[in-house]
Amino acid sequence: MNFIKTIVAAGLVAASTSAFAADITGAGATFPFPIYSKWADAYKKETGNGLNYQSIGSGGGIKQIQAKTVTFGATDAPLKAEQLEKDGLAQWPMVMGAIVPVVNIEGVKPGELVFDGETLASVYLGKITKWDDPAIKKLNPNVKLPSEAITVVRRSDGSGTTFNFTNYLSKASADWKSKVGEGTAVEWPVGVGAKGNEGVSGNISQTKNSIGYVEYAYAKQNKLTYTGLVNKAGKPVQPTVEAFQAAASNADWAKAPGYYVILTDQPGEKSWPITAATFILMHKDATDKAASQEAIKFFRWAFKSGGKAAEELDYISMPEGVVTLIEKTWAAEIKS
Amino acid sequence: MAVQSDIVDDAGPYDRAKALSAFKLGDVTFYWITRLSAISVLLILGGIILSLIVGAFPAMKEFGFSFLWTQRWAPSADPPVLGALGPMYGTLVTSFIAMLIAIPVGLGIAIFLTELCPQWLRRPIGMAVELLAGIPSIIYGMWGFFVLGPFLANTFQPFMIKIFDGVPVLGAIFAGPPSYLSLFNAALILAIMVLPFITSISVDVFKTVPPVLKEAAYGVGCTTWEVVRSVVIPYTRVGIIGGVMLALGRALGETMAVTFIIGNSFRISSSIFAPGTTISAAIASEFAESDGLHQSGLILLGLLLFVLTFFVLAGARLMLMRLEQKAGN
Repeated sequence: MNFIKTIVAAGLVAASTSAFAADITGAGATFPFPIYSKWADAYKKETGNGLNYQSIGSGGGIKQIQAKTVTFGATDAPLKAEQLEKDGLAQWPMVMGAIVPVVNIEGVKPGELVFDGETLASVYLGKITKWDDPAIKKLNPNVKLPSEAITVVRRSDGSGTTFNFTNYLSKASADWKSKVGEGTAVEWPVGVGAKGNEGVSGNISQTKNSIGYVEYAYAKQNKLTYTGLVNKAGKPVQPTVEAFQAAASNADWAKAPGYYVILTDQPGEKSWPITAATFILMHKDATDKAASQEAIKFFRWAFKSGGKAAEELDYISMPEGVVTLIEKTWAAEIKS
Repeated sequence: MAVQSDIVDDAGPYDRAKALSAFKLGDVTFYWITRLSAISVLLILGGIILSLIVGAFPAMKEFGFSFLWTQRWAPSADPPVLGALGPMYGTLVTSFIAMLIAIPVGLGIAIFLTELCPQWLRRPIGMAVELLAGIPSIIYGMWGFFVLGPFLANTFQPFMIKIFDGVPVLGAIFAGPPSYLSLFNAALILAIMVLPFITSISVDVFKTVPPVLKEAAYGVGCTTWEVVRSVVIPYTRVGIIGGVMLALGRALGETMAVTFIIGNSFRISSSIFAPGTTISAAIASEFAESDGLHQSGLILLGLLLFVLTFFVLAGARLMLMRLEQKAGN
């Protein structure tokens, strides 16, 4: 009997120490899951330390870090400074993505069509119902638009993509702000809801004369007809990595407490207007400081050596200036 | 010999008592095991209801009974406004249309299989029905999304809209524009999904009709249709209704396939070709990223589905009881 007890005890000790030394646990947003798991894989190969990331949704990530069941939480919608203060959390942006409007109109090629925020909001409000509406024609004098009804497609599931998209529409259109507002799930005036980015892209590619919004990676990988957007500076821009990074560089990160910057509608002539960062949440004074430090090591590594992997998956790395700021935040806020 | 009979006499009463008590113990154990299994159902059900009520309480307090007839679903409004009318309407309408299609077709297949089908065709059709039941619902959803939806939107719906254009009531029910994702498309998928429930149960109960009854009917010159109508169906009525109820329960609660193809819009439209939503589709879509009152509202929706299903099934039981009484008289 004693013999068995000893074995069990030894096993427990071994299990707990190995978990202690190697595994960083995180949970939250689904949007960055592919890149976090790719980074974790490469990091494990390099250092032998593993990372266990559960993509349970931004809301779940916030709840888990508040309950201290994970080392870090991840969210697409950042927490406000007072909320961070209340829970003793530090927050910073980790990697970015962009959201692009996509359409399916016969004869219209990727990048040919241009929208501005006001017109896009009118389409999603149901005020513009036909493709040859004067507002769309005015923005696109050289594109041949059919006199067909617009099928509006949006996400049916609560999502960070929807949050950023509706946040942009709220900034661009007072009408949208008062009637619908922003959120991960909103009261859509018109349109059909499809599940996930893949649902929206599937719907768009099947339905003629439709419009939707998806993450840039989905538009690119599924070869959807994306559109250009007129940004805050009044310049039409195409969805490119340079335009996404311009939006992040032009954002005023230094003055935002807890990096609470929503990257939509940022200033700058080259900025893509619906860019979105995904954020990491960690306790400033964590119970398990060793795990905390391990996580910081991982994030530092990801900023330094994870750029190429991010690019391959069509994510956008944080600009260098922002990374320097974040390093300072770590030194100042996370207790070791 | 004498010695041996002594042993038997000695051993006899001893063994008998022991054996009897062993039997009794077995009996009692068996009784309690089965009883506990039966009671556990009630406990689990009670636990589910209780946790649903606890989770739904904040929303119940906030919205009260107006939750039932509010059509707005605005979780991000300030303050949030949540109403169940849209999803409730969608749940009932899709289930109703699904049953409207599935009951006659399901019974038709069952009657053909048991009464008319040549022997060699029986197995393939029977297997196909069983297979239909085995397909995961996500596959139905994908098929509906990629194959059925486009067909309905491009061919079937424009045809129906054209036929009923200008007809009162029906014109509004079959109104355009055609859509890949709509209440009708979801209902059609549901009909296909519940078909095997109705068919296989009907086939089983049709087989219980004593051949002598049918033979007697045929003997006095009844046609197959008359035998089915006046002998087979009345004899198996209870079983058929049981199958229909099972199918209805499935239709009311089906989630994944419906979420794919219904269009997830909380607005109520008079047209069945418009997008809508059901209670389970709404919960499946929004639960993961919800919190606070929004999540509580979704749990309240779940509780509502529970109550709705209960009433529908209770109603079916009641109907059955009255039918039986009538038959008795």
